[in-house]
Order: sequence, then C-alpha cells, then structure tokens
Amino acid sequence: MKILVTLKRVPDPEQKVKFKGDAIDFTGVNWVPNQFDEYAVEAALRLTENASAGGAGGAVRDGEVVVVSIGPKEVAQQLRAALAMGADRAILIDGDDGALDAEMVARTLVKLVEQEKPDLLLMGKLAADSENNQVGQLAAGYLHWPQATFAATIQAAEDGKALDVGREVDSGVEIKRVTLPAVVTVDLRIIAPQAIKNGKTAPDHAYPEGPRYASLKGIMAAKKKPITETALATLGIAPSLRVKTTAVTAPPARKAGVKVASVEELVAKLHNEAKVL
Amino acid sequence: MMDFELTDEQRLIRDTAHDFAERELRPRAAERDRTGQFPVEELRALAKLGLLGVNVPEPLGGAAAGAIAYALAMQEIARADASVSVAMAVTNMVAEVIVRFGTEPQAREHVPRLTSGESLAGAFALSEPQAGSDPAAMATTAKRTPSGWRIDGAKQWITSGDHAGLFVVWAKTDPATGARGISAFLVKGNTSGLSCGRREHKMGLNGSSTVPLRFDGCEVGEEALLGGLGQGFKIALAALDGGRIGIASQALGVGRAALEATRTYVKERHQFGRPLAANQAVQFRLADVATELEAARLLTLRAAWRKEQGMPFTREASMAKLYASEATGRACDAAVQLHGGYGYTREYPVERLLRDARVQRIYEGTSEIQRLVIARELLSSERGGGT
Ligand SMILES: Cc1cc2nc3c(=O)[nH]c(=O)nc-3n(C[C@H](O)[C@H](O)[C@H](O)COP(=O)(O)OP(=O)(O)OC[C@H]3O[C@@H](n4cnc5c(N)ncnc54)[C@H](O)[C@@H]3O)c2cc1C
Repeated sequence: MKILVTLKRVPDPEQKVKFKGDAIDFTGVNWVPNQFDEYAVEAALRLTENASAGGAGGAVRDGEVVVVSIGPKEVAQQLRAALAMGADRAILIDGDDGALDAEMVARTLVKLVEQEKPDLLLMGKLAADSENNQVGQLAAGYLHWPQATFAATIQAAEDGKALDVGREVDSGVEIKRVTLPAVVTVDLRIIAPQAIKNGKTAPDHAYPEGPRYASLKGIMAAKKKPITETALATLGIAPSLRVKTTAVTAPPARKAGVKVASVEELVAKLHNEAKVL
Repeated sequence: MMDFELTDEQRLIRDTAHDFAERELRPRAAERDRTGQFPVEELRALAKLGLLGVNVPEPLGGAAAGAIAYALAMQEIARADASVSVAMAVTNMVAEVIVRFGTEPQAREHVPRLTSGESLAGAFALSEPQAGSDPAAMATTAKRTPSGWRIDGAKQWITSGDHAGLFVVWAKTDPATGARGISAFLVKGNTSGLSCGRREHKMGLNGSSTVPLRFDGCEVGEEALLGGLGQGFKIALAALDGGRIGIASQALGVGRAALEATRTYVKERHQFGRPLAANQAVQFRLADVATELEAARLLTLRAAWRKEQGMPFTREASMAKLYASEATGRACDAAVQLHGGYGYTREYPVERLLRDARVQRIYEGTSEIQRLVIARELLSSERGGGT
C-alpha cells in the first residue's frame, strides 16, 4: 500500500498565545508537529509494515509512506522527524499559512494525489491551530473518493482493496468500509496498542501506546531520505481564498474563581448561581 | 568559524532522548531510588532506541551519531534518572573502547551484544580496594596459561557489575613494572572464577548497582587481551577521556533538573505575601545557577566537539567534568535550600538530585584528579595555557 500522509507544523499548544495588535504574534513560537498528523504518520507506518517479522531488529517495511507538508522551509525539521520515525520520503510545498485556507490546501492535496497516486490519503482529523476539520472531507469530495473521518481503528480487508474504519460515535463504534483509494482522517485512539490491523503484522501484536520514538538509527538514516521541494505555483494552484479573516481577538480574560467553605455552599451555588443543578 | 547550532540529526536525537526520558524514565525514577531496582527494562529500551551505542559504527549495531549527539542524549537521560544514565554511560564507554582498541573479531563478537542490549550492560573494572585515584597501584594480576590468561584479584565499585554481560578488566601482566605492566582484558559476565559481592549501600544513585568483584583463577582465552600487552593503562586513560564527557553531561542533566524544579517551586511558593521568586536574593541565586550550568554546557559540548573532530581533548574533558560536576553540586544545594523544609523530604525530587549529583565529583576521577590532569597539561604540553 502506498500512503500519502499530511503533516502540518503548529505552534506548541502548551505555549501561551501572544497577540500583537489584532493578530497572533508568532515570534518566539515553538513549532511542533500537529499531534493528529503525528498519529497519522504512526498509523501509516503501522499499516505498511510487518511488526512481527523483524525479530529484535524491529519491523519489516511493506509499502510506502510519503509525508507532505505545506509551509515554510523550516517545516523540513518536522518532515525530517517523520522520516526518522520510518516514513520513506517527504514533499515540502512552499507556502505561507497566512495565505492558505482549508479549501486551497485540499485543492493542493488533490494535485499531489494526482501526481503520486497513493492508495490512501491519511490525515489528522484537524490541525491544533485553526481546528478547521475540513481538509480531509474537502479533498475526498474533490477526488470523488470515499472517506472515513475520525478513525479510532483501521483494519485492512482481506483482499487488501478496502479498509474497515472504526469511528467512535455516541451510540458506540461504527465500522465503515471504504474501498481504496480513500481518504481517512484519524482521531486520538488510533495510536492505541491494537488500533491497527493490516493483515501482515500478527493480529495479537500490541504496539506501545503512542507514536513511536525515532530511533538513533532511524534519525541517521533519515539524513539520506529525500525531501522533495516544490511550490504551489508548480503544482498549478492559483492563490484564491474562500475564507477571509476579518479579525482575531483574544478570548476575554477568565475571572478569578471563588472558594467555597463547605459542600452545602457549593451545592447552593451550583443550584442558585450556576443553575446547573 | 563559530557555529553553536546543532545539526538536524543532533536536535532529533536530543528530542528523542528527551521524550523517551520524560515518558518512560522520569515517572519511576523516585521509585527506583527507593527500591534500588536495577533498570533492566529501561536499559533494553535504551538499546532499542540506539542509546547504548551512540558513537559506535553502524556495522557494529551503533548509531554512528558522534560525540556531541552522545553528550546531548546523556544529558536528557540523566535529567530524568541519573541511575539509568550511569549504566548507559559505562556501556557506551565499554563499546567505544573495544571499537577503538579491539581487533576486528573482538569488535564483531562483543560490540553488537552491547549495542543491542543482549549484554544488558557493559562494566568497566579498573578501581580496586587499594587503588582508586592511583590505578597503577592495582594488585590484580593476569598470568599466562597454556591457552590464555588467568586473572586473580579484586575490583571495587564496579557499576552494573552484578548485571553486566561484559567486563573490561585491568590487571598487571608484569607486576614488576608500574603503569606499563598493566593490560586490559575482555571478560564475559558468566566466566567461571568471576564473582561479585554485595551491592554497596550508597548515598544516592540507588537505581544503579555498584559491586565489588572477585577474580579467583578466572581463566580467559588468548583472544581476551584488548590492545597490546602492557597497553592497558593507556587504554584506560583514553577511555576515561571520553567517559568524562559522559559524566559532565550527566551532571548537566541533573543540574538542569534541579534548576527546572526550583524555577517552578519559587514561582508557586508564597511567603511574606508574595512568591519566593519576587525576592531578588532568590532571583540572583537562580541566575548564578543558570549561568554556571550554561558555562558547563559550553565546556562539555566543546570537549565533545573536539573529540568528534579528532582533536586532542583530554584537558577539555577534564575541565568539563570538573566544572560541570561542581556546578551541579552547587545547583542541587541551591535547589534544596530554595525548597526549604520540603526540599529535604522525598516529596520533592531535589533531595534525590542532590544525592545523585554528589558522586559525580568522585567517580571517573575525583575533582582533585581532574585538576591534576588539567595542571599537568597546562604545565607541560606545548599548548600551555592557550586553547
Ligand atoms: C557509585 C560509584 C561508582 C563507581 N563506578 C566505577 C566503575 O564502574 N569502575 C571503576 O573502575 N571504578 C568505579 N568507581 C570508583 C571511582 O572511580 C573511585 O572511587 C575514584 O576514582 C576515587 O578513588 P577512591 O575511592 O579509591 O578514593 P582515593 O583515591 O582514596 O581518594 C580519596 C580522596 O583523596 C583525594 N586524592 C587522592 N590522591 C590525591 C592527590 N594525588 N592529590 C590530591 N588529592 C588526592 C581524592 O581526590 C579523594 O578526595 C565508582 C565509584 C562510585 C562511588
């Protein structure tokens, strides 16, 4: 299976957001890979390896994982980290977040899919900065591909031509079968030890929870893996935004909380003031 | 050219070591300190990441990432748990010394076992009950047998000695001469005639084991001799040069942990109606600690850089080890002081950091011995006082 995975860099969600006038101030920001995209990279690696075959040396790769990011040159750092985890190659599309919206990103991915012809476009369900949660859905629409969003589990069908994707919904877990090629976006639980079954790794294999650590060997090997640089214009993407940002304002400062002396007082306040009881 | 930027690979290695240490080591460091449990699973995990052969060639299972990457990774592991880091330090040192001084068959036999974790840990058996700062006074002997060597004697303070799959052992092959009569041997952990005594009850570093060894007619083959006959002392000194960069990095990691814990604490703890951090006396103490640790970091990375460039680095490694271990001692003392009574309890990590840091001024050459090394070079070598 060939998988195209998206990887966006976002400001570290643990860091305080600073404002300069009516815009976010990005100076001094610590950039990190979007967590859901990191999970998508892990999911892509689990889908394209036999983790039971490698002995002490680790897994045997079986398939190709191409990681793509749209952003400034510095995104190479995040791409390099994904290559160190085990991805095979990367594509960096020169672009400025300020001059992009979800629709343009989706169009760009469609162009790339046409070039790369992957079996699967795998993405995080959203990026932690804008929280749009749109690109996967838009791309599937433009491609006329089936889509399964918020994947909590992925199981490859026996013939390898479809994926059964588990999605957590209010009433339980819904399994959607998507025939390949398809778009899948992943949710938090996709990095659980047994969330992914690819039909090659032993079905009882349990991964450590979370995205894998890049091993030192992986890091040194990543040095030799290619990062292809291209530009929106080269891909034939004309800049046009559907979404205009008219203003950015900081949320109002939170008021200090109150201390209550007793459980009775707390219940009374919840009942009379907050009116939640 | 002056370039203080890390390469992409060095940054990624630091980040991997940091994330791993934060998630897998730090949560149970206090428990290991309390129970004295040897970090078996932790060492296996380090091996899997490639951290037991950071500066070892790839064909031998290493990462070939260089001395700077090693120093960075060591800092991160020690920042979470100094006990795990000392086992890592000695294992890397043993692997590197075999790569440098061993024959190809020796390297092929032993090094992949060290880097893969199969040996669990490597051990470095130089010190003896009566020979610490002056290892040339060692009493352990190795005598020729028809098929190799017979080792007799005792070693003291051997890190990981009760778990190590491989030992480098120093012994006198020509007791009549001093340092020139010493040779080094590769001895597997299960060799008969090699036994280890009770673990020392230490002040700190309790997750690491430190044991005495006995060699009673311990027979090894011809192929156990590492480097040439009589080359042992030279090999030990060369290994310790690199080892000292490791201990300097370890000290830095612990010092940083102390500074970070204290930074958080003085902002939270209020006395006289304001945070401790609002007092200039507190701020100045933290500023001094941060400055000293930064100086130690620069000394350490520069020693590592010289090593990576193939330049002489004996003096730089000694300076780094001396200064980093002493700066960290002061950092940990300040940390406990600024935590007040809580700093003296096991509720906060700084008392463990203080205990763990103390030995860094003692092992792999005491601070006094580092000063001897530095002064000897200063007074005798052509480099003199220059850099
Ligand atoms: C936890 C721990 C782990 C260790 N792990 C290992 C290991 O894995 N392998 C190994 O081989 N060793 C190991 N050691 C041993 C360590 O390297 C020695 O303890 C150290 O070299 C000091 O030797 P000593 O203890 O015999 O002290 P001594 O040599 O007896 O020194 C006592 C004091 O006298 C000072 N002194 C000695 N000579 C001079 C001088 N000429 N001028 C000024 N001052 C001097 C010393 O600096 C020191 O302060 C370990 C020690 C500890 C505590």
